[in-house]
Amino acid sequence: MDQKLYMEIKNNSLPLDLKEIPVLKYEVFYDQVLAFLKDEGKHCIAYYGVESAGNLKLYCCIADDNNNIVVLFAHELNKDHLVLKSLTPECVQLHIFEREIHENFGVEFEGHTWLKPVRYPYNRKNRSEIINSYPFYNIESEELHEVGVGPVHAGIIEPGHFRFICNGEKVLHLEIQLGYQHRGIEELFITKCNALQRCILSESIAGDTSIGHSLAHSQLIESLAGIQVSEALQIERCIALEMERLAIHIGDTSALCGDVAYQLGQVVCEALRTTIINTTQFWCGNRFGKGLIRPGGSNYPLNNDVVNEILRVLDDTGRRFFEVTDLIYSLPSVLGRFDDIGILTRQQALSLGAVGMTARTSGILRDIRKTHPFQYYKNYLVRPVILETGDVLARGMERVLEVHESVKIIHELIEIWQQKIKDFRKPVYDYNLKPDNFAISMVEGWRGEICHIAITDNSGNIAHYKVKDPSMHNWMALALAVRNQEISDFPICNKSFNLSYCGNDL
Amino acid sequence: MFKEIKVLKSHGIQYVKNLRMQPVSALFRGRPVISGDITKDEIKTVSFACPVMAIDGKSGSIDMGRCVFCKECSFLLPDKIRFTNDYRISSNVREALIIKPGSENPVQLDENRIRKEIRRLFKSALKLRQVSAGGDNSCEMELVATGNVNFDFGRYGIEFVASPRHADGIVITGPISENMAEPLDITYNAIPSPKIIILAGTDAISGGIFDGSPALDRRFIEQNHIDLFVPGNPLNPLTFINGVMDLLGIK
Repeated sequence: MDQKLYMEIKNNSLPLDLKEIPVLKYEVFYDQVLAFLKDEGKHCIAYYGVESAGNLKLYCCIADDNNNIVVLFAHELNKDHLVLKSLTPECVQLHIFEREIHENFGVEFEGHTWLKPVRYPYNRKNRSEIINSYPFYNIESEELHEVGVGPVHAGIIEPGHFRFICNGEKVLHLEIQLGYQHRGIEELFITKCNALQRCILSESIAGDTSIGHSLAHSQLIESLAGIQVSEALQIERCIALEMERLAIHIGDTSALCGDVAYQLGQVVCEALRTTIINTTQFWCGNRFGKGLIRPGGSNYPLNNDVVNEILRVLDDTGRRFFEVTDLIYSLPSVLGRFDDIGILTRQQALSLGAVGMTARTSGILRDIRKTHPFQYYKNYLVRPVILETGDVLARGMERVLEVHESVKIIHELIEIWQQKIKDFRKPVYDYNLKPDNFAISMVEGWRGEICHIAITDNSGNIAHYKVKDPSMHNWMALALAVRNQEISDFPICNKSFNLSYCGNDL
Repeated sequence: MFKEIKVLKSHGIQYVKNLRMQPVSALFRGRPVISGDITKDEIKTVSFACPVMAIDGKSGSIDMGRCVFCKECSFLLPDKIRFTNDYRISSNVREALIIKPGSENPVQLDENRIRKEIRRLFKSALKLRQVSAGGDNSCEMELVATGNVNFDFGRYGIEFVASPRHADGIVITGPISENMAEPLDITYNAIPSPKIIILAGTDAISGGIFDGSPALDRRFIEQNHIDLFVPGNPLNPLTFINGVMDLLGIK
């Protein structure tokens, strides 16, 4: 009988026995990855290495959006001979994953043209490579000049270094160097083995996506511990996730206006964002929803007071937001700065394996809520917003339309929630995880696909924890989108993507 | 034009009139109050459960410089520990952030330990440079919020500036990652003296949940005098605003 070439696993469901994951020869592994990723409906969600005595095991997880499954397979190589033929020349979206494996374990990927550091983690293979020695691409020319920005930026934002090569005002090339925010999160998930510590950690992966990441973590734990949660709680989590999406989208609209000096749009949206995050605070005592999502239960079950407050704020804020965005997106001075700027083509987005908003604004349906549904989205049909033009205007409009959609979703979910039986189970911190298992959890945060993966050892402890923020895929999309743009358009391009530094750096 | 007027009318007046007395929601997790009759066993239970070792196993006091305000201790012992919505929890003295059992006193600054030049030079205008050193972007967003249309801290001449050369001090967020230690030093050294240092958020004050991670380098904190500690996970804009106003002696 033929050996099985891959295993299938569903998001937010049962974990897999580690032994069931086929370990393939590299030639087979290589061909299979390429065969899968030829299809537009599939993309790589994680490809990473796990070290064990003398060996390095590479796991590859590919999402099949049309069939709502994730396919999973592995390759194992001996640490004495860490050389592999790179997949990147054939399939660009793997570039970042191969770079990460190279940086962490020293695997040489032959044929990879851009094998550069990803984040300079403390436990990188080569400690002599330091963040100041990043090998920037450069072009020798009298005509061109370089512009370096960061790591410390002009505004109150996270650190990262941007190196532009410009011809006059025009950007020929942008290289983004990250890693400044590296805090060793993945390893802390193992060393801080208390359940509550892990919850707090997951909320701190990217504070602007506290709810998204803590939900991904809780889902993962529930999968490994075999914990079922009530439909009412699933709905509450979806509402929280949509509230987070609303707050950030409205805040981003404000920031986009700020970057083109349209003050009315900026201050009005800024005030509207405040109303949303204050509602989250009314619900759980924290404006970013820290503490709201816990495995197995909730410390802040939704109640009628909170529901009434959410409905009141949504009605008022929703109306005002559409009033102001109707104005913003009809102003020639704003449209002139957004329209046709920073284009990411559909082809580029596909080849980079872009996810989330970035993919949707380039005409690709990638929305985990629909393609790999989790929590109550399994029973509730989300209508993803797909735009085609891939420019700053599309990414701005995407936010407006998604706010529209999220307001509708929250309304409808609240109605369903009111019919459900509530249970007031407290969070579960003394869980037992299935030993020798592999679990995967995906959540569509406001940026896109968040993915947490855990592997347990034979006594049920977490042996390996992997976090993937959507930014990991999408940073390269920003670098491509600013090519041939004026350097003065960089801020709005950057803001229109609004990617996470700490989510990438971990 | 009509659209603009309509938007402005809906917008109304958004600014917080009195930054000292702005009410926040009842559930906001601010200064904790620990009952004076908390027993040894109860202290043991909560200090064991605390994810960041903020509760002293002997005395039962809570260190807000370590606390991530998850409130789990209060869920365990609702009769003995509660979190009030008092957001005025900044201090210039690290020990003032430690709340002892039985204490209901508000957190205060020690006036005698404020460097003399601070009020003389910065009371009417203070320009700050923010550096995120491993911050998770929530503290950063709350610091941006201090200058927004709601809080409008700029009304006191207190603002964040783009260049350290224009700044009178530095506001640090995050547990200070090893990779950011040098850029932080460079930025701080680029600020002309005299200058102040503010640690914003629990991660900056103690490392928070990241305490003990080998990816951090917190020597900057050990080597420099800190002028203001602003606890919170993330800090609330009002905690920062009130702390800075107290530091500068603004009524």
